[in-house]
Amino acid sequence: MKRVLAIFPRGATDDRATRGLVGAAWRLAQSLEGSFEAVSLGQPTAALMGLLAPLADSLLTVDLPEVGHDQPERTLAALTAIGRSRQPAAILLGNETASQEMAPRLAHRLGGSAVGDATTLEVVDQQIRAQRSVYGGKAVATIGLRRSPAVVWLRARAFAPPDPSEESRTSQPVSVEAGLLQPVLDAPPTVRIRERIEEAATEARLEDARVIVAGGRGLGGPEPFAELQSLSTLLGGQTAASRAACDSGWCPPTWQVGQTGRKVAPSLYLAVAIRGASQHMAGISEARVIAAINLDPEAPIFRHCRFGIVEDYRKVLPLLQRRLAEKMA
Amino acid sequence: MNIVVCLKQILDPEIPARDFRLDGEHKEAHSGGAAWVTNIFCENALETALQVRDRQGGRITVLIYAPGEGSESGEPALRKALAMKADAAAWVVNDGHRHPDPLAVAQVLAAAIRQLGEVDLVLLGRESGDWGVGQTGGLLAEELGLPGLSFVDRIEPGEAPGAVRLRRQTDRGWERVEAPLPLVLTITNDDQNLPRIPKTRDIMLSSRQPIQRWTLEELTSLPVSPAEIRSGGSYYEVVDLAIPTREVVCQMVTGETLEEKVDHLAERILEVVRSS
Ligand SMILES: Cc1cc2nc3c(=O)[nH]c(=O)nc-3n(C[C@H](O)[C@H](O)[C@H](O)COP(=O)(O)OP(=O)(O)OC[C@H]3O[C@@H](n4cnc5c(N)ncnc54)[C@H](O)[C@@H]3O)c2cc1C
Ligand SMILES: Nc1ncnc2c1ncn2[C@@H]1O[C@H](COP(=O)(O)O)[C@@H](O)[C@H]1O
Repeated sequence: MKRVLAIFPRGATDDRATRGLVGAAWRLAQSLEGSFEAVSLGQPTAALMGLLAPLADSLLTVDLPEVGHDQPERTLAALTAIGRSRQPAAILLGNETASQEMAPRLAHRLGGSAVGDATTLEVVDQQIRAQRSVYGGKAVATIGLRRSPAVVWLRARAFAPPDPSEESRTSQPVSVEAGLLQPVLDAPPTVRIRERIEEAATEARLEDARVIVAGGRGLGGPEPFAELQSLSTLLGGQTAASRAACDSGWCPPTWQVGQTGRKVAPSLYLAVAIRGASQHMAGISEARVIAAINLDPEAPIFRHCRFGIVEDYRKVLPLLQRRLAEKMA
Repeated sequence: MNIVVCLKQILDPEIPARDFRLDGEHKEAHSGGAAWVTNIFCENALETALQVRDRQGGRITVLIYAPGEGSESGEPALRKALAMKADAAAWVVNDGHRHPDPLAVAQVLAAAIRQLGEVDLVLLGRESGDWGVGQTGGLLAEELGLPGLSFVDRIEPGEAPGAVRLRRQTDRGWERVEAPLPLVLTITNDDQNLPRIPKTRDIMLSSRQPIQRWTLEELTSLPVSPAEIRSGGSYYEVVDLAIPTREVVCQMVTGETLEEKVDHLAERILEVVRSS
């Protein structure tokens, strides 16, 4: 029996990315004619349980306080122990930085191969294959994993959630066999996370924003970001930036959108003074509508836009803010 | 503090999409007239290492696995790093598959690092700007049997001797991490690690500095045969490579005056926001 393990981090709920992971794992298990086994780091939330119950064959909970929390080396060791005991054909993870960090190391320990940022998954002649965008979004590669297990982390939102009709079973909660995790507990602690510095908890994740107003190097300094923020607040959205703006220290690095930043999927992405380099566009391929304010009519961003304006942002923003406020009143 | 920084050369990632072509036979980008440059995250890693050394002392060795000559020769990246004031350079000459899979690369780098001697920190880029694989750091940690951490942007002395305090980026902010040495880290960009510009004098000096060169056969602890590495490895294969097509027509907002144009812009924005 071929097994597909999907790993859920602590506190996973039933957001779009988690539903995509469940959908992907369920469908891969179907194509392998195998089983879908969920692994939760920490006690699963009620929302995750609800999502998994009709689809997963089993749910394994790893409930050690440090696993999936402040000791990344122990989390890796625990998943290695589970991988050795379950012998899966595939292990799927989400796109959290912790998963990205872990995937190649987990594959190495299990004698498998990893691939990251997958946007599709398929099985061809018994081989698990994934597509991913390469060359800063200018091309798409299909990667065939030559070793087993295939350890794959998925791009958020690239995979469809499970279809309600895909109900098949009631999952059996199973506990981790006694002794399986003992070596993890015996190993001396090494790397330890001492502190987490997070954005204001009230702020929703950029990945979940419906409207994003983003600024680039063309803004010329940190001050205009205040204007972008009041515009995005007015539209019920959030503010983001290009790498060039983040590297200049004008805004926190967590605002960076792109190949090596956040991958977002808003209904509207308004790019202000952003050129539209392919690495930036790689982060907004799932946006429904892209619009831009740019001085340069030849800026590549316009090739991805539904609409735009060729003007100095300094002239456009104050007027735009006022007009929108009037129309929305 | 002995620090090794692994460098990779890539085709200039900033070439515009409209000039981008594929080399179908080799399943890679067509180099055309584009330049080969050091991967930006490797330069962020080198800058981070230079700051650690300048503060705490130590020695930085830059390491590359790259062809021995031609447009993809490893030399320019190593010389530039020496000009930025890395202390030493090592080059494992790639005379096989030009773009081996990440496990093959990690095996070569691990063998070279063992040969270099005692090491406290191994720094890599979080990913390369061409294939964006993002696996070499993690696989290298495993090959060396060391703990590893990714997306690090600051390295400071730790509380205990032989430890470091790190700051690393996460989905929602940062984590402060205490970790023992030796350690393998992948480095990401931050406003504090923009690569410095080498001085003209240092560029001239760097051209005369010696570079340690090894063939695959000269690596005494390679875990697989040189032939396996030359074939590109057995971890994964590129089955297909294609340029995605996308057609969006941009409508520029029109109007007699700026006010009118912005008014139309506001209308279009509200249309989308209200229908979402
Ligand atoms: C490996 C790698 C990964 C990368 N990852 C990312 C990533 O995740 N995210 C990312 O964003 N980038 C990334 N980059 C960098 C990317 O290639 C570009 O360098 C970057 O996106 C450029 O940012 P920008 O458009 O803000 O700046 P610029 O390229 O400098 O563009 C500024 C724009 O502002 C316009 N402008 C100037 N003044 C005004 C004005 N007054 N009013 C209106 N418009 C004006 C200009 O016409 C121009 O189009 C990556 C690069 C590499 C190599
Ligand atoms: N051929 C190579 N020689 C030296 N270092 C490399 C090589 N390939 C990858 N690396 C290192 O691994 C990092 C991540 O690359 P990748 O895993 O290919 O995305 C790079 O930023 C380099 O630090």
